[in-house]
Amino acid sequence: MPKVMLRYSDKGKLLFYVAKKDQEDEIAKVEKDDENAWGGEVELTDGSKFYIDPISPPPKFPTTLMFKKA
Amino acid sequence: MTSMTREETEALIQEVLEVYPEKSAKDRAKHLTANDPAVEQSKKCITSNRKSLPGVMTIRGCAYAGSKGVVWGPIKDMIHVSHGPVGCGQYSRAGRRNYYVGMTGVNTFGTMNFTSDFQEKDIVFGGDKKLDKLVDEIEQLFPLNKGVTVQSECPIGLIGDDIEAVSKKKTKEKQKPVVPVRCEGFRGVSQSLGHHIANDAVRDWVLHNRDNDNRFESTPYDVTIIGDYNIGGDAWASRTLLEEMGLRVIAQWSGDGTLAEMENTPKAKLNLLHCYRSMNYISRHMEEKYGIPWMEYNFFGPTKIEESLRAIAARFDDKIKEGAERVIAKYKPLMEATIAKYRPRLEGKKVMLYVGGLRPRHIIGAYEDLGMEVVGTGYEFAHNDDYDRTIKEMGDSTLIYDDVTGYEFEEFVKKIKPDLIGSGIKEKYIFQKMGIPFRQMHSWDYSGPYHGYDGFAIFARDMDMTLNNPCWGKLQAPWKKTESESVTKAA
Repeated sequence: MPKVMLRYSDKGKLLFYVAKKDQEDEIAKVEKDDENAWGGEVELTDGSKFYIDPISPPPKFPTTLMFKKA
Repeated sequence: MTSMTREETEALIQEVLEVYPEKSAKDRAKHLTANDPAVEQSKKCITSNRKSLPGVMTIRGCAYAGSKGVVWGPIKDMIHVSHGPVGCGQYSRAGRRNYYVGMTGVNTFGTMNFTSDFQEKDIVFGGDKKLDKLVDEIEQLFPLNKGVTVQSECPIGLIGDDIEAVSKKKTKEKQKPVVPVRCEGFRGVSQSLGHHIANDAVRDWVLHNRDNDNRFESTPYDVTIIGDYNIGGDAWASRTLLEEMGLRVIAQWSGDGTLAEMENTPKAKLNLLHCYRSMNYISRHMEEKYGIPWMEYNFFGPTKIEESLRAIAARFDDKIKEGAERVIAKYKPLMEATIAKYRPRLEGKKVMLYVGGLRPRHIIGAYEDLGMEVVGTGYEFAHNDDYDRTIKEMGDSTLIYDDVTGYEFEEFVKKIKPDLIGSGIKEKYIFQKMGIPFRQMHSWDYSGPYHGYDGFAIFARDMDMTLNNPCWGKLQAPWKKTESESVTKAA
């Protein structure tokens, strides 16, 4: 259950930052990303996958959310 | 250039690792690598932020060093109490040369050492009462202090003192912040965790103090300098550039900084982050809570300064963009003159670095401006996000070493034979005795500033002064010199 800070990079991509792991990767794919909800399975550019129950309405970034390892 | 190939670098690493016992060699191998700029993520090639091996010489500090020495210490109008035995504070007092303006002992306290001087009695019966009394004494002796921080030393955590309770009580009594910082030295593997703990203490005890106070008039051009510790005046050299281009610097974290500046930081429009390692935590927090964006910049060497000034200006309107161009144009003649003077004397020289924080990657640009090449670099206490940023800056197949041990560093230097080494005071005399020019790059070898355009001129002069010092040719006794050597020297 990593605590993840999500913020936009300079390029406008969403960054996935886990402080305890020093992991900072772009999010490659999100299962649900529309006006109603954001979340589901999240895949990072390095191939690792995380899961979060879809949040509705979508959260405002930057923010901190709890993810599960998928 | 006599750069090494990838095979040679890897062979060198293997050769150096051979003397270790098998288990240690396996562990250390993960911390040493030949750089490959094509790699996107450093975790594929280097491990960092791990506990140092027992029995090797490491150059790392402790969490207390990270909090008291780096993040909190330079806040000049607060009193930072080294809570515990006297040594930690006394032996690190004023060593970092973070300059500040003010009357020391009256309204600023940067170079002074305050300690609760723990004795056996305090360890046995607890030191909370002593802390309580100490804060009162401080108030009486130094009434112009703006607040107190309690920087825990190891025993505080071991005996379980409740410094938070005392701090809360004293904050109420004094009507000034008394900040407990749980930076006991045994926490974490290096000073890096101390930075994090200190950042968290700022977040929890200071940052929100003026959230409902709108007396501070902000402008659209308010920025802050975060992670510049004003070593030898660095932050001032950076600040003048930002102000010349039309921005208003409302806070310096933490070199020459004050408590009021920290409390007003949430009113900035952009946080400029120089030392990513020590202050990224608070920048990320402010982005999330107050919506203040942050960006990293690099004020070492004209090429990087130009890039950074333009990148900073791009976040603002045309007035600032014009300002940035004006500043760049203004200093161009100075920079060209500096490079024209020193580049011929330094061209093609090889440099090895081993420092901490931001310098192993940020200074590379400044050396390149002088025509020098950085052939090896490494951090004392970096995490993998630092190496992510370093890989791009370094040349192909150059050596990268994390938390290098005294032995490894010496062996690397013997093989690579750099013309200049930049590292700390503990390495300085070893390498000077080996006959290699050396700069102490933690506090700029008692020189500085090195940031900004003015700093680059000093940087170039210092490098020349060290490298081309006539003493390096006089290390061998004259009667031991062979015929040919003395002839080449004369020629």
